[in-house]
Parts: sequence; C-alpha cells; structure tokens
Amino acid sequence: MPTAHPPPFSTILSSTPQPSPTDLTPIYQGAEAHLYRTTFLSSTTPAALKIRPSKPYRHPILDRRLTRARILQEARCLQKLVKEGVSVPALLGVDWEPNADNGSSWLVMEWVEGGPVRVQLERWERYLKGVERERGLAMGEGIEKSEEEKVRGLMRRIGGAVGGLHRAGVIHGDLTTSNLMLRPKSAEAAVDEEGEGSPSMEGDIVMIDFGLAMQSAQDEDRAVDLYVLERAFGSSHPRTERFFEEVLVGYKESYKGSVSALKRLEDVRMRGRKRSMIG
Amino acid sequence: MSASLETIHLPHLPSSLEVHAALYKDVQNAASLRQQLLSANSNFEYAFIDASMVISRAHALSAVFRAVNDYLNERLKSRNIHSEIVFSFSPTNNIADSFRKFGISDTTCNLLVVKVSVTPDITHDSVAAHLAQNVQGTLLPFDDEALAGISDVAKIKRAYKLGSLPSACSKQANGAPDEGKRQLELSVLGAIALRGAT
Repeated sequence: MPTAHPPPFSTILSSTPQPSPTDLTPIYQGAEAHLYRTTFLSSTTPAALKIRPSKPYRHPILDRRLTRARILQEARCLQKLVKEGVSVPALLGVDWEPNADNGSSWLVMEWVEGGPVRVQLERWERYLKGVERERGLAMGEGIEKSEEEKVRGLMRRIGGAVGGLHRAGVIHGDLTTSNLMLRPKSAEAAVDEEGEGSPSMEGDIVMIDFGLAMQSAQDEDRAVDLYVLERAFGSSHPRTERFFEEVLVGYKESYKGSVSALKRLEDVRMRGRKRSMIG
Repeated sequence: MSASLETIHLPHLPSSLEVHAALYKDVQNAASLRQQLLSANSNFEYAFIDASMVISRAHALSAVFRAVNDYLNERLKSRNIHSEIVFSFSPTNNIADSFRKFGISDTTCNLLVVKVSVTPDITHDSVAAHLAQNVQGTLLPFDDEALAGISDVAKIKRAYKLGSLPSACSKQANGAPDEGKRQLELSVLGAIALRGAT
C-alpha cells in the first residue's frame, strides 16, 4: 500500500502550502468548519467543500467521535432531503473518518449559485431607506404596493421551502437569512445589480448549512425552527418583520402537519426557544 | 466521431493516480473477460462495470473517487482498487451482491472499463493497447449522451432503492436532462458517498 501520496484535502491544513492543481477558494470560516469553493469529479463542476478541522483542546478520542458524528449527521440530513426533492445542495462526497494525520473530516456538496437572502433583503432595506429620505417619509411609508408584493412573494417561498424541509422530517436548527440562498432561475438573471435600485427577489430558495440539523417530526422542534427564523428576521431585517406572516402562510400551505406546528409556535413565542425546566 | 480510451485526472486526487476509462457497446467476449477476473489473472485487473447500471459520467467518477480515496486511506474492503471501484457503485456493504449488480456478467454487452495507474507502468498507452487486444466491442465516447442511450433507469432505481422518486424515465430526444433524472443522479451520488455509514 503506497502511503507517499497525500490524502485528499490534507494539503489545506498543512503549514507549508503546496502548489496544488486544484483550486480551493476559502469562502467562510466558522467556529466548527471551513468552507471552500472548489471542483469535484471534473474541473468544470463547481462544488462546496466543508472541512471540520479537529479541535486541539479536546481529548483526541472525544474529538474524533464528535467530528465523525457531526459530519455524518449533516451528510445524512442532506441525503434524505435530496431524495425527498427538497431544495438543498446535494451531497456529492463525504469522508467521515477523521484524517489520520490532522483529524479533520470533509464533505462535498453541490455548488449553489446566487447569494444569501440576507444580502438581497439588506439591499432592499437600503433602497427603501433612500426612497424615504428622498421623499421625507417616515419609516415604512415608502413601500409601494409592487415592492410589498415582491417581498411578500419571497417570504412565501421561504415558508414553502421550510415546510418542505419539515415535511421530510428534518429540522434545520439554525434558520437565518444567511442560510437561505436565492438561486436565480437562469444564468442571465444572475447578473448582479450592485446599484441603488430595488433588488430582484426572483429565484428559488435553497437552504444551506445543515451543520446543526437533526431528524425529527415533532411539532416542538418544528415550531422552534420557525421561531428562530422569525427572530432572525426581526433582528436582521426590521423593515421586513411585518411581512413575516407571509412566511407562515407559505409554510401552512406546504404540508399537512403544518397547522399543529404553527399552533405550537404560539406557545414557543410566549416562552422563547428553551423549554421551562420547572415542573 | 472516433471514441477512444480516455485518461482522466480527478480533482483532489494525486496527479499520479490517473484514471483510464473506456466505454464499449456490443461486447462479444464478456464471459471470457469475467473468467479472467474469477481466475484473478493479474493482467486483467480492471474494474469491469455493466454500463447499463451507470446513469452518467459523474455517477461512474464518484464511485471511482470513493474507491481511490478509500485506497489512499488504506480502507479497501475488497481485494484491490479495481474490485473496490465496482463495489463502490453499491449502496450496501454486500460485496458479492455489488459485483452481481454492477459488475460484468456473462451476458453484458455494454461495458465500462476503468483502470487506475496505481503503478508507474500503467499508462494510457499500455492500457489502450491491452484493451484493444482483449475487449471485442465498439468504443463509445465516455459521456452522458452515450450513457443515456445505454443506462437502464428502472434497474438503477431498483438497485439504489429509489423507486419512490418521481418518475424520470422519459428520455428526451434533445438530450436535455430532465429534472427527475437529475434528482435520481444526485440521490445516487449521495448513496455512494454515504455507503457504510453506521
């Protein structure tokens, strides 16, 4: 057995960067994982590579078990959703056994074109602010009917996407507008207008980052998922908060058990994300 | 169009580990090729795959990637990297069963041959020459279009237990991959990647 070859992806973490024939463009670094843009199977197929590096402060045995369990959990959730036809990036490859040299595990997903919903909504809020300042209106008065409809349509599609996820028996665990992607329907529509105008909200909603996802069909878990999203809208996009009800409309229409989850949401709103430990 | 043995370099794998692949139709001597495998003739160490079980080029390459990655990490479950490629097509851990479903049989007429350059003496030319001498069949280009004409979607769905997926089968004349087929392909890639996850 030859061992002279470096195992795949191991060059990333070695301190001396080697000239690699494969591009790895860092996209994002979180506390748990690093995300790169790369290619997979062919040099023309873009893909997202997620690496969970080992955490040196943990006991090695525990570290391997946690890394392994978490990467597998994410991979299983993605695969289940792909099979159910929910719009998430497909799982292309995974190695859950932590690398013998550096203890990291990796997962490769389909690349999702477009950008996060967060960016589009922030752009929209900036546009709105500009309109209001120009015309000397109070906050929220500058929204024209067509603008409102555009955002409501987006919100409704978000609700539909989350409903599809819950129907498949998966809980995202970290629904924010950064973890919702807006994928343009065609390549032409992808031309990004960086200008001051009202941004486009066309496209499919694709949910990403299932690092905290789990499989569950309980109303409680579904309601908390929605609650987290509601809070995310409230804190990141205050001008869209009054349209959040549209997310719930889209959600309600998307699967059969949605009504009981929505009912549970009202309880969760009263007490917050965590259940009371009393009684 | 003249088709020939293709040599592929897969991203993220050591460049020395070239992958040689050839797609054949109308193969006449499947039984004797299979006999060489059974007798473990080292000159015939190839991954012989029943091409009707291959939905796309990405499908085949993902099985190859998985086998090579397991080889590099010294995790092979079967005899060598080439038998492991056939095994890697399988969504289950049953090796004999995976050979039956995805490997060459006596009646195979559409054949995908894969060879990995695990030693320096395995080159494009040496593989091409050996295959030209020993496989009696017509070379096709190893691409999605050729595979679309060969693959048995119903059989593939059964093998991967994906029968509940929305029906894909309508093979469109213009070659545009319809949504259902794309979903089947992606589900298959995930199943290959996750095989053996406990």
